[in-house]
Amino acid sequence: MEAPNYIKVEPPEGYSSPGLFATTFDKVVGLARKNSIWPLPFATSCCGIEFMATMGAHYDLGRFGAERLSFSPRQADLLMVMGTIAKKMAQVVQQVYVQMAEPRWVIAVGACAASGGIFDTYSVLQGIDRIVPVDVYVPGCPPRPEQIIDGFMKVQELVGKESLRRRYSKEYKDLLESYGIK
Amino acid sequence: MNDNRYTTLNLGPTHPATHGIFQNVLTMDGERIIDTEQTIGYIHRAFEKIAERRPYYQITTLTDRMNYCSSPINNIGWQMAVEKLLGVTPTKRIDYMRIILMELARITDHLICNSVLGVDSGALTGFVYVFQEREKVYEIYELLCGARLTTNVGRIGGFERDFTPEVIKKIYDFLDHLPKVLRQFEKLLLRNRIFMDRTIHVGAISAERAMNYGFSGPNLRAAGVDYDVRVTSPYSSYDDFDFTIPVGSQGDTYDRFCVRQEEVWQSIKLIRNALDNLPEGKYFIDVPEFYLPPKEDVYDKMEALIWHFKIVMGEIGAPVGEIYHSVEAANGELGFYLVSDGGRTPYRLHFRRPCFIYYQALPEMIRGGVLSDAILTMSSMNVIAGELDG
Amino acid sequence: MDMDNSFITGKLKTRFTESILSIEENSDMLTIVVAREVIHEVIRFLKENETLGFTFLTTLCGIHYPDQELQLGVIYHLHHFSDNTRIRVKTFLPLENPVIATVTDLFSAANWMERETYDFYGIIFKGHPNLKRILNVEYLDYFPMRKEYPLEDPTREDKDDRFFGR
Repeated sequence: MEAPNYIKVEPPEGYSSPGLFATTFDKVVGLARKNSIWPLPFATSCCGIEFMATMGAHYDLGRFGAERLSFSPRQADLLMVMGTIAKKMAQVVQQVYVQMAEPRWVIAVGACAASGGIFDTYSVLQGIDRIVPVDVYVPGCPPRPEQIIDGFMKVQELVGKESLRRRYSKEYKDLLESYGIK
Repeated sequence: MNDNRYTTLNLGPTHPATHGIFQNVLTMDGERIIDTEQTIGYIHRAFEKIAERRPYYQITTLTDRMNYCSSPINNIGWQMAVEKLLGVTPTKRIDYMRIILMELARITDHLICNSVLGVDSGALTGFVYVFQEREKVYEIYELLCGARLTTNVGRIGGFERDFTPEVIKKIYDFLDHLPKVLRQFEKLLLRNRIFMDRTIHVGAISAERAMNYGFSGPNLRAAGVDYDVRVTSPYSSYDDFDFTIPVGSQGDTYDRFCVRQEEVWQSIKLIRNALDNLPEGKYFIDVPEFYLPPKEDVYDKMEALIWHFKIVMGEIGAPVGEIYHSVEAANGELGFYLVSDGGRTPYRLHFRRPCFIYYQALPEMIRGGVLSDAILTMSSMNVIAGELDG
Repeated sequence: MDMDNSFITGKLKTRFTESILSIEENSDMLTIVVAREVIHEVIRFLKENETLGFTFLTTLCGIHYPDQELQLGVIYHLHHFSDNTRIRVKTFLPLENPVIATVTDLFSAANWMERETYDFYGIIFKGHPNLKRILNVEYLDYFPMRKEYPLEDPTREDKDDRFFGR
């Protein structure tokens, strides 16, 4: 019999017996969250078109649980900033980030979102980590869909391993303070 | 007018239905749009200022990112502009290769525009089918220049590598497969009662107003004016070919959709024609100041080494002069106004971006309509934010 | 009808004798330099005269020559469709008083193009319905495309200029 062409998601470590599975809470919550992330595609320029290719049938981000795109920040988990952010747009990005509910993650796709890219000019924000805390950076101009999927999988790793108390901790509050986000 | 009966609705800048970031603040009376105030510049990257600091061959990467759905047209247009300044003419083979790439890019741009127009009116399947065809074109670009989207294809003076047999086979396969998908897409939307009701007489503009607003490209042709830069001022041997320009009658959304659809069919015919009659010859011309010599010569010959050094260190100047060159991009007439003072970078480079010029007509086109019509009008005009702000 | 350069320059010279400062035919299209007081009349004449009829404004841009006496310039490209003739009209303005008449009443396309030129160079178009910045942020207090200003944001602290060849 040939090997199956899918990968089963392994259960977390825990004690199992017929009708019973005991593990820690954060592992289960992490497992559920990471396989059902609802992204907010904040697509501004060329990387947005590569994102459209990633969501298309060939590369299919929906396999990873991200089928339901949420354009409203209130219902989104992951803010995917794809494309150049100009200084005029910076305040809008920060407002969208503030409107998202915890837990929220940010992925900066493309060279422009990560560091300003080739546009070292007076009107372009040199990386969105000047205004919002970023979890994963995906380099490329534009990154191939495989790279975007790789970045997404790294976000999934972060989501799966996150402690449930992180968002209430002092370090996280200090981090948001440093960006001026209440 | 600050009557309390009018509501203000903010459409954008981040909105799923506007493709790109631009803002429209609508003043509405219930569902009807009374007026709109537009704000753009949310992705202003100062291309014209950057271009004053980059040598001529580095500006090709900037032009990629203007209309990023059809980058080869921008690249090749820029290279033709510099060749016009230098006063050199390419060989027939280069011209035909350029035509093939530009028409492929035009097909991809029109495919995105029409399928996203379908998505905005609710038909999501067409988008997924059509994007598969775009993936095939991405593979062709990858074989030619290594990149999928922002291609930086071609060099001043021709191309960096020739069409290999694999590329030619891939293009023929693409041309054989595309008509089937296009017919499926047309069966979904073209004579669809709901789509026609939503798009006929929506966002109409007359030919006189369109010309006054500086429209060009499919938007102007849908209004009834048959202006196409490929026909009026032929460049790159377009006059060797026989193709028709589709012209609409009413300038509404349905006409724009149909004009773009028909242009895809014409482009397929053009590419097949060019590929069947591709002449033999070199794929680059002798422009030693801008075209890198082959590496074997750089290691053996002194002159090639010196040219290579000068080009890479950016010490080459262009002749003094000013030119204006325009190409028929997917959205209209894309113009390059280049002023050179003999230095290694342009003194002034102004891009005549078609999206920037025709987007200012939007308030006139949506006034009096309902919100859903405004969404479809915006979508059918094919506004690409990178080109709008530049 | 074939319009060649001498036909166009002849008509312009008979109408605007002193205000045509120079005529150049060596570049790719006919280029004329006019004084800024008559620019609106020149453009109207080129558009509305029955024998000329340049009914399409291709583009409008600004330029800055710091070494000239009249430093700022506005450049118009017009196009006659059926004859396929293009013409370039230039006019130059002093730096202290960069005011020029608008052509939005002739070509609606000039609306945003003039706003862009104002945004980049600070050229004021008298009579423009809505002259404010269009591409840059509203609180920007200088005109970035002028030659004395650098490309990069001088207040950025994350990039070390030594590594960027500046």
